[in-house]
Amino acid sequence: MTLTAPPQSVIANAVTLSGVTKVYGRGSNAVLALDGLTLDVRHGEFVCLVGASGCGKSTLLNLIAGLDRATGGDIQLSQDRAPTLMFQDPALFPWLSVASNVELPLKLRGVPKEERKKRVAELLEVVHLSEFAKRQPHELSGGMRQRVALARTLGQDSPVLLMDEPFGALDAMTRDLLHDELERIWTQRQLTVLFVTHNVREAARLADRIVLLSSRPGRIIYETPVEIPRPRRIDSTEVASLAAEVTDRLRQEVGRHGR
Amino acid sequence: MAVDTLSGLDALELAERQSEPSRLLRIWGTIWPKLAALAIALAFWQLAFVLELRPSYTLPSPAEAFTELAERAQRGELWKGIAITARRAAMGYGFSLILGVGLGLAVARVRVLRVAIGSMITALQTMPSIAWFPLAILLFGLTEQAIFFVVVLGAAPSIANGVIAGIDYVPPLFLRAGRNLGARGLKLYWYIIAPAALPSFVSGLKQGWAFSWRSLMAGELIIVGLGKTSLGGQLTLARELIDPPGVIAMMIVILLFGLVVDYFFSKADRLIRNRWGLIEQ
Repeated sequence: MTLTAPPQSVIANAVTLSGVTKVYGRGSNAVLALDGLTLDVRHGEFVCLVGASGCGKSTLLNLIAGLDRATGGDIQLSQDRAPTLMFQDPALFPWLSVASNVELPLKLRGVPKEERKKRVAELLEVVHLSEFAKRQPHELSGGMRQRVALARTLGQDSPVLLMDEPFGALDAMTRDLLHDELERIWTQRQLTVLFVTHNVREAARLADRIVLLSSRPGRIIYETPVEIPRPRRIDSTEVASLAAEVTDRLRQEVGRHGR
Repeated sequence: MAVDTLSGLDALELAERQSEPSRLLRIWGTIWPKLAALAIALAFWQLAFVLELRPSYTLPSPAEAFTELAERAQRGELWKGIAITARRAAMGYGFSLILGVGLGLAVARVRVLRVAIGSMITALQTMPSIAWFPLAILLFGLTEQAIFFVVVLGAAPSIANGVIAGIDYVPPLFLRAGRNLGARGLKLYWYIIAPAALPSFVSGLKQGWAFSWRSLMAGELIIVGLGKTSLGGQLTLARELIDPPGVIAMMIVILLFGLVVDYFFSKADRLIRNRWGLIEQ
């Protein structure tokens, strides 16, 4: 057997989706959640998936994270390490302290104790929560919990970060600050981010590229690169006008279902 | 700048609570209502004695009962009784624990088992444990085994149910997050499911203890042939000798024994809920 180099597209892309389809249920109850989704995400790219309810955004992330299986099509990742997923709920474990929550994925991977301690300290430093290491999650505010979740996710050292409306439950000010934080971490660590949101402005603030999904079934209906120079502000006119453009497309798509 | 704003926001959101009253004051605050209630109960008892609502050879005064208790403590038979009963309680409960946890894990994991005996476990709990004694005595005679048989039948289902409910109600989000963090198979059980199920498990343990303690007392009262030194045995003996202070003295011991054990279960329960953030102080 001879080893052949993988095709060029696999090397260049962090995530390659070709014709990904997902059906829930069987027979007459079957629901088509995703219909032939094809999408390439380059290394280091920040892609925002935007869509109304029922567009299968969360389904898609679950498939890429390997928590669920696609019914059809193919998902290729450029590296062995599974992408990591962050949810709207920080999903911190209440029985563990902040530090232990961040430590858990390292422990599960068999990282030795001394190194774990060092890594946890470093990860908490990244999200500016060092002084809260010994607190329990319920003692923190929503935004702080989400930062702990981010630190925990980063601890998995996966090059691809999947985020499922991670800031959806936060107030506007906290969200803005976390946008800055996420952008900084994404640049420093050269991550590839696939970020799901229904907040078009958030997408325009963060993304290199916005991908719009239709609802029931989820299909890609529109794609646009975001060429606004960074650092961006969510209240800048460029972000606002791009958001308006994407929102119009989204409304058209949602309106289709009312007819 | 952004970092300053961020930590400023953190500080604002975590504004410390008002300073709490001292520990001593807090403990006193929970103790005095209990002491007052106890004093009132004793006063009613004394009143009933003074008014002779019942003949004084059947209803002793509080003083008589406590004197009797002190005497029994001095003569040493009280401690012997406590030792015997505590050993039985520990053995019966320990066995229930092993059986209950094993059964609970099996039912939670194996679908067929759940369909077959899941509802039966709950049904077993509704059976008053004393109703098992006639069968237990036929099967094992007037022996300790008969008592253990009933104790285990009373306690194991509660413990099993605690395990099952704990595993069933692990929030799916924790499972999803755990898998995503790399916990699969046994690791998922050890690091995610077991700690998530702990509060429910502990309340199952507590309920199991209540059942096993009741069954044990019923057993010691019914199967008196086993010797008269156990707490239940001394209680029955006092009745047979028409020794009302003795009866009440033993009842007080049994009550206190139950309270002490219950205190530790409640303490564990509170500790966990506190840590989990389920109680606001």
